[in-house]
Amino acid sequence: MIQFDRFTLTNGLRVIVHQDLSTPMAVMNIMYDVGARDEDPQQTGFAHLFEHLMFGGSVNIEDYDEPLQMAGGENNAYTTNDLTNYYITLPAENLETAFWLESDRMLSLGFSEKSLETQRKVVCEEFKEHYLTKPYGDVWHKMRELAYTVHPYRWMTIGKELAHIEEAKLEDVKHFFFKHYRPVNAVLVVAGNVTTEKVKALAEKWFGDIPSGEKYVRNLPQEPAQTAARKLEVKANVPLDAFYKTWHIGNRLDGDYHATDLMSDILSGGGSSRLYQSLVKEQKLFSNIECYHFGSTENGLLSIEGKLVKGVKMEDAEKAVMAEVEKIKTSPVSEQELQKVKNKTESMIAFEDMSVMNRANSLAYYELLGDAAWMNEELDKYAAVTVKDIRSVAGKIFREENSNTIYYLSNN
Amino acid sequence: MAIDRKQAPPIVDAVNFNLQLKPYQSYTLRNGVKVYAVDAGAEDVIQLEWVFFAGNSQEEQNLVAATTNFLLRNGTSTKTAFQLNEHFEYYGAHVNRACYNETATISLHTLSKHIGELLPVVKEMITDSTMPSDELAIYQQNMKQRLKVNLKKSDFVAGRLIDVYLYGEKHPYGKYSRAEDFDALERDQLLHFYNQYYTQGRLILFVAGKLPANLIALLDTHFGDLPNQPVAVNQHPLVLAEEKKYRITNDPEGVQGSVRIARTFPNRHHPDFLKVQVLNAVFGGFFGSRLMSNIREEKGYTYGIHSFLHNHIQHSAWMVSTEAGKDVCEATIAEVYKEMKLLREELVEEDELLLVRNYLMGSILGDLDGPFQIIGRWKNVILNGLPETYFYDSINTIKSITAEELQALAQKYLREEEFYELVVV
Repeated sequence: MIQFDRFTLTNGLRVIVHQDLSTPMAVMNIMYDVGARDEDPQQTGFAHLFEHLMFGGSVNIEDYDEPLQMAGGENNAYTTNDLTNYYITLPAENLETAFWLESDRMLSLGFSEKSLETQRKVVCEEFKEHYLTKPYGDVWHKMRELAYTVHPYRWMTIGKELAHIEEAKLEDVKHFFFKHYRPVNAVLVVAGNVTTEKVKALAEKWFGDIPSGEKYVRNLPQEPAQTAARKLEVKANVPLDAFYKTWHIGNRLDGDYHATDLMSDILSGGGSSRLYQSLVKEQKLFSNIECYHFGSTENGLLSIEGKLVKGVKMEDAEKAVMAEVEKIKTSPVSEQELQKVKNKTESMIAFEDMSVMNRANSLAYYELLGDAAWMNEELDKYAAVTVKDIRSVAGKIFREENSNTIYYLSNN
Repeated sequence: MAIDRKQAPPIVDAVNFNLQLKPYQSYTLRNGVKVYAVDAGAEDVIQLEWVFFAGNSQEEQNLVAATTNFLLRNGTSTKTAFQLNEHFEYYGAHVNRACYNETATISLHTLSKHIGELLPVVKEMITDSTMPSDELAIYQQNMKQRLKVNLKKSDFVAGRLIDVYLYGEKHPYGKYSRAEDFDALERDQLLHFYNQYYTQGRLILFVAGKLPANLIALLDTHFGDLPNQPVAVNQHPLVLAEEKKYRITNDPEGVQGSVRIARTFPNRHHPDFLKVQVLNAVFGGFFGSRLMSNIREEKGYTYGIHSFLHNHIQHSAWMVSTEAGKDVCEATIAEVYKEMKLLREELVEEDELLLVRNYLMGSILGDLDGPFQIIGRWKNVILNGLPETYFYDSINTIKSITAEELQALAQKYLREEEFYELVVV
């Protein structure tokens, strides 16, 4: 059970305090309610590029990193399709440094042309490093475009193409900042060796006078239900054929979420999972196979993917995958199998919660979803999933007309 | 009252912190196996690590050590791989294996309450593994496939080659796997290696977390009867490459180059080692380092550039590593040498040095967060045969090293002509 206090500043900034006196450190986590899904289709990759620019100096503080390092702190950030998150850990004595730095960049960035120019290049190198030079690196670009026709999950966080990043203008940067990086669109979590009283005083002092901003109301085109299977064949300079298939699933708050999550674990959560045992060990069709979902906030995707053993035909590999899928749709999993993935989840949560930073991050995430207290209800929600629920979500998800398949073929 | 946002709040310099590493407790099982334990943490979780002297250094043929280690979880005389996995997974536990140069390990992460159900099965892995032929065949096939994919990646290829230049292709730190090495593996060799270095071999145990009161008794019951015979770690001569500069094309259509610039360096027992850790931080050891500030933040040549000392027991190396745009690889290398030259020729300013001290202290403080990190530091001390004061020696070095010492070290080690240089596109 994670304890926390919660209050809201008059400008709308939500603040959560989680005390843990066993650590000498403090964590500050700021989550902004903006991700790649909020981008203009002609300017993709912008939320992530923007995350880089957040380190290029703010209105009163030219250099963000140096004072933080001087205070013995470390920071990082990440952007997803749904949100952008910034976090700092530092010795608790120096907590105010984090307030000073984060509040100034929420007040306003420095908007330096030089920073934009450099970070455009840095992000282009990141794009190349992760998506262009790696074998199979472009497959999720292709899969997203296949699976989504209108919803902005159509593109990856890094962006659709290098050109969108290369063409980013300072004007766009400013507009984006004042639209999304406002107190009313953010959640601040302070955790570790801190008191609520002190955090309240510091939050008022440093964040209290930042103009509230307008609440961003998300109005994204919704993906229509898919009615026919989609398929794509890709030939590329890769050594092995690979199989990718996705199905649309519900959103993070959908009642089916926990059953879907456990079902994916039954299919592929370790050495005794169904897909691994059947397809890698017994039938020897794949050299690896995974089933997972993205846990995205809006309607997401569940994926099964694997690389084929050399010489195996793609059609045979797919048939074998579909036989396993059929099995979980039509016959109940055993109580023991379900208990296994529940135990695994319980253990995973306990290990994750060892770190104050993870706890701070989760609190911010659940608060953004709707309520930080949901973090403490997760285990019960998993525990409540029944054998019947697993079969029911499998039936809803694993329909051929709901699927998108990519045959990623080796051309050598 | 309006606040002055240009004015940084006062800080406590982390360099003044009095950092403490929680001491371990040690126990000896009836067969002489040492158990090092750190009892800490709020969650009811525990980590156990069985360390055997069964690393690459001990094998006579490439991949025998790694494969034996991998197959520990793939069958005993009473359980198939599936049954072993199912047993651990049912309790939500993670059992992993890892093979290093000197040692090879089995690790277990679990909720403390399940420990009694899990230890007997770990024991089976150590005393009764059968290394089934069909499991070996699947492993060979899948590892060869994975190797094929990895060989398409320039960073993977660069990592293999630079280690060959630094240590030699026959040295455990330099040798790498080839498809034919996987083909040449035989079950009998694995069984032989297993028997010698696991069942009969030397064992050390590291445990951390919220430890159950009966843990040591349980460990003695299950592991106190192993033979635990002494193992001498094999020594191998270093063979350095003569040629210093390499340019390799792995993918003619590649858009980035994997740049590696490295020199040999003594191990942790050398008096310069801890001091060079500080110099390394200034040079390329963290986000605010010279390399990062210049080559990423100023020039935008790369998403990241880092320098670090190799984490080996016998010999180390000092390496700069980055993935840079294909057309700026040479410019990147020139900048790296420029930064070396600056460190040789100019004293690091006090402000910068204080920043690095504070950063390093803060990051150690942050890293002491939790029992697994604490036991990790002790494991490093014990397996490297370092003095028990090593942690405090390291802190004292960070606090007291001078700019003059850093410059002298730069002049001694950051000499362009002693570095190997590699770009793989």
